[in-house]
Amino acid sequence: METTLVQESKPPKEKAKPVSALGMIAVDAAERRTPADEFADPSFEVQQLDFFYGDNQALTQVDMAIPRGEVTALIGPSGCGKSTFLRTLNRMNDLVAETRVEGKVLLDGQDIYHRQVDVVELRRRVGMVFQRPNPFPISIYENIAYGPRLQGKVSKADMDALVERCLHGAALWDEVKDRLHTSALGLSGGQQQRLCIARALANEPEVLLLDEPASALDPKATARIEDLIGQLRGDYTIVIVTHNMQQAARVSDHTGFFYKGRLVECTPTAQMFTRPEHQETEDYLTGRFG
Amino acid sequence: MTPSNPPADSAPESPARGTLRGAPSRHARRWKERGILSLLNSAALFSVFITLAILWVLGAETSNFFAQDEVSVGEFFGTAQWNPLLGAEKHFGIWSLVCGTFLVAGVALLVAVPLGLVTAIYLSEYAHPRVRAILKPSLEVLAGIPTVVYGFFALTLITPALKTFSEGFGSFNALAAGIAVGILILPIITSLSEDALRAVPQSLRDGAFGLGATRFDTSFKVVFPAALSGITSAVLLAAARAIGETMIVALAAGSTPKVTMDVRDEIQTMTGFMVQMALGDVSNYGVEYYSMYAVAAMLFVLTLAFTLVGSWIRKRYREVYD
Repeated sequence: METTLVQESKPPKEKAKPVSALGMIAVDAAERRTPADEFADPSFEVQQLDFFYGDNQALTQVDMAIPRGEVTALIGPSGCGKSTFLRTLNRMNDLVAETRVEGKVLLDGQDIYHRQVDVVELRRRVGMVFQRPNPFPISIYENIAYGPRLQGKVSKADMDALVERCLHGAALWDEVKDRLHTSALGLSGGQQQRLCIARALANEPEVLLLDEPASALDPKATARIEDLIGQLRGDYTIVIVTHNMQQAARVSDHTGFFYKGRLVECTPTAQMFTRPEHQETEDYLTGRFG
Repeated sequence: MTPSNPPADSAPESPARGTLRGAPSRHARRWKERGILSLLNSAALFSVFITLAILWVLGAETSNFFAQDEVSVGEFFGTAQWNPLLGAEKHFGIWSLVCGTFLVAGVALLVAVPLGLVTAIYLSEYAHPRVRAILKPSLEVLAGIPTVVYGFFALTLITPALKTFSEGFGSFNALAAGIAVGILILPIITSLSEDALRAVPQSLRDGAFGLGATRFDTSFKVVFPAALSGITSAVLLAAARAIGETMIVALAAGSTPKVTMDVRDEIQTMTGFMVQMALGDVSNYGVEYYSMYAVAAMLFVLTLAFTLVGSWIRKRYREVYD
């Protein structure tokens, strides 16, 4: 149950081929392309991904492996496709009309674009935090309880414990423990963003996607978010889109540089910032464009 | 300006460049601006003046009504028998008319609120833009149908249909009128609620979807509550409209004021009574003539209350997103 994304509650419509769920979506090892081999057990493997908004191609032939339990930063100039790429990882782009995906995105070896994949379960396992803090206009407690309640009934005691654990996890507990039942909109922007991270943690995801999580925050709040990312590292696979190269250098283990819809290179962060392989990467990192 | 300037750049007869001194038409222009401003001001003031004039007439005639020998404020607000025309003794107890009004408006809201809100959620959260582009205008066509048509519709279509279900329905009844009024206010509820739903920032929907919410979860548990203040005010506005609706109830609800909760009964609403008075051959300046103004004042106070509460709720409970 934990390892498969395929909806188990509803049997597939065609009963002709009741192959086991894993058997149907696992991709033959021989098909796998090289970037995945860099990491023994990658969380995500992206293979030859093309993405289109209508007739506009936003991503071209992206191959990338995202290592488990580490922080991967995606950088690149505006419009380079890094956010689009992030949103293909939990299929948030499904919500945008007239989009099309080609290629494979494997989460733990399963193709998340397979038609039998339960998107709800996928998004539970791959949590997301957005550019602007977007707490629901309800209490702090209810914000965190929202995700778990979607999955099913949770007892009051369990929920209390979960809320506390997630707020601790997002380094927010001490600031809000006395006002859990007040509106989340009363928090500062930085607190709201950490609440959004806590809210994502409540689903007990494996992966956290952060889409420029600090771009709407002041430097102090940004530093707290970056500290938090450091704390979450190890327990979660984290993919962070940032337009701030220093931030990428500070928080990430690996960095992928996107340019014009292509992944130019993806290397350990220290290497990218000292010895980039491609001229484009070096030009971007040294501020010649972007 | 130097003589070396090419002639094309500055014709010799043109005035010196750079001066702010106006052309001769400057004075005229300023007066024109002032004229336009005062025209706009008086247009805006006109509607205020009309409102005040109506209020003044309502108040004056209502106090004339209470000055009559046959009536007292205590009877008007304290009893529920309304019989201004017939019989040896005239009775002026407003509550039977208020009851009829609320019965019809209640039925109307029971019809229009669920249907309108579901439609609004569909249009805002589910419908493909092309579907919405067709559906929304056609819904708004409903708002353009003259209410007398709805009245006929209630009388000649809804009532006979209701009679096939139950013999208890009169030729005039509150339910048929209420259903027709419900259809009338449906576009108000749908349109205003949809506006409120669409005003909810996309980021909230993204947040919910990102947590694994289905479209249903997102629509009903995140977007709808976030839009609740706007939706409540839409419903109250529609309620005010239902209470004030006249033609449908005059045609289909009947003219027997009574305190009842039975929707099969013939009733009379405040508006229905006023139509009856204004069209009937009541003597001018008799007590029944003045009673029309008293009822109108009551109606005005009620609808005003709904409108004010609606806008208060919208302001008080509006979530401010940046």
